[in-house]
Amino acid sequence: MVLCLTAVCLFCSAVLAVTYAVTKAPIAEASQAKTNASIARVLPEFNGNPKLSSITVGGVEYPYYQTESGIAVLSTVNGFGGPLSLMVGIAGETPEVFNTVVLSHSETPGLGAKCVSENFSAQFRGWDPAAKKLQVKKDGGDVDAITASTITSRAYTLAIANAVEAYKAIAGSNEEGGQDNE
Amino acid sequence: MSKLGLITKGIVKDNPTFVLVLGMCPTLATTTSAMNGLEMGLATMFVLILSNIVVSLVAPMVPDKVRIPVYIVIIATFVTVLQLMMQAFVPDVYETLGLFIPLIVVNCIVLGRAEAFANKNSVVDSALDGIGIGIGFTLSLTVIGIVREILGSGSVFGWKFIPGDGILAFVMAPGAFMVLGYLMVLFNKYLAKK
Repeated sequence: MVLCLTAVCLFCSAVLAVTYAVTKAPIAEASQAKTNASIARVLPEFNGNPKLSSITVGGVEYPYYQTESGIAVLSTVNGFGGPLSLMVGIAGETPEVFNTVVLSHSETPGLGAKCVSENFSAQFRGWDPAAKKLQVKKDGGDVDAITASTITSRAYTLAIANAVEAYKAIAGSNEEGGQDNE
Repeated sequence: MSKLGLITKGIVKDNPTFVLVLGMCPTLATTTSAMNGLEMGLATMFVLILSNIVVSLVAPMVPDKVRIPVYIVIIATFVTVLQLMMQAFVPDVYETLGLFIPLIVVNCIVLGRAEAFANKNSVVDSALDGIGIGIGFTLSLTVIGIVREILGSGSVFGWKFIPGDGILAFVMAPGAFMVLGYLMVLFNKYLAKK
């Protein structure tokens, strides 16, 4: 009885070990390709060699990818149904949002989940936070919220606003230490 | 029973979704669109066929007391293999189905077939049974997915033919129950007539 169970478990472990070894490289590649595809969507002229760093603003850590044309900041906030994770591409001296992409979300299908669609996210393209307020119209800002999904729209907007803050902090720290860094 | 009968039995008379009513968790949760239903069905079929084959091979050597643990270990192994493969080669599909792939381990259909069929029958018969039940499950999920996608999003397999939003309830959980219930009625009515 013990012998049989041990034998089965040993055999299964062996099968799993082999599968893991075979699929390890393709899985890493697939996840890297996905990251690259997201960066290419949120930033102009992406050369395919992102450098991952992170910065802490207001006690929250923001991982970001520095590229030649701008910075892709990963920003996560609480949405309606759970964490809402965005990648926000920001570029320029007066920070301007180039594009945003949803990495993961658990919003309500048919309502908040529409935040993934172009209808909503296109408005953030070329958004200048200095000229237009990053808040939904209900709260006195300039963002068109998704109908019946104000909480999701607020979260999305907040994630972008946070990313802009992170971008400013990154730009600030680059200037300060610019001379000393190699 | 003829070899062909083993396959058709899984599709009609012993249809896992509409007749045996097994594996309801993935059935209700992943059928938001036809494509999702189809992919979930195929993933389950892969595990079902392989676990049926291996279980029928080892069954004579396994003492009765540790039968269930042995079957579960075998099933879990195939599910993990499937999970790694999907992550590596079809990452998009893996992302949509996500949590429901590891949950195939506890799918009643897979253990049910191992316990009710594979451990008493030959390797070939068990494989055919796996194919039959697998096709039955895949077809059922795809049909539920098609109905929900038409009503909920106005499209089939991502091809949109009704502009606009569709009936939201059918994309969400209540719609899953309603569609499943009505399809079950239709299916069993058709079966009773025969």
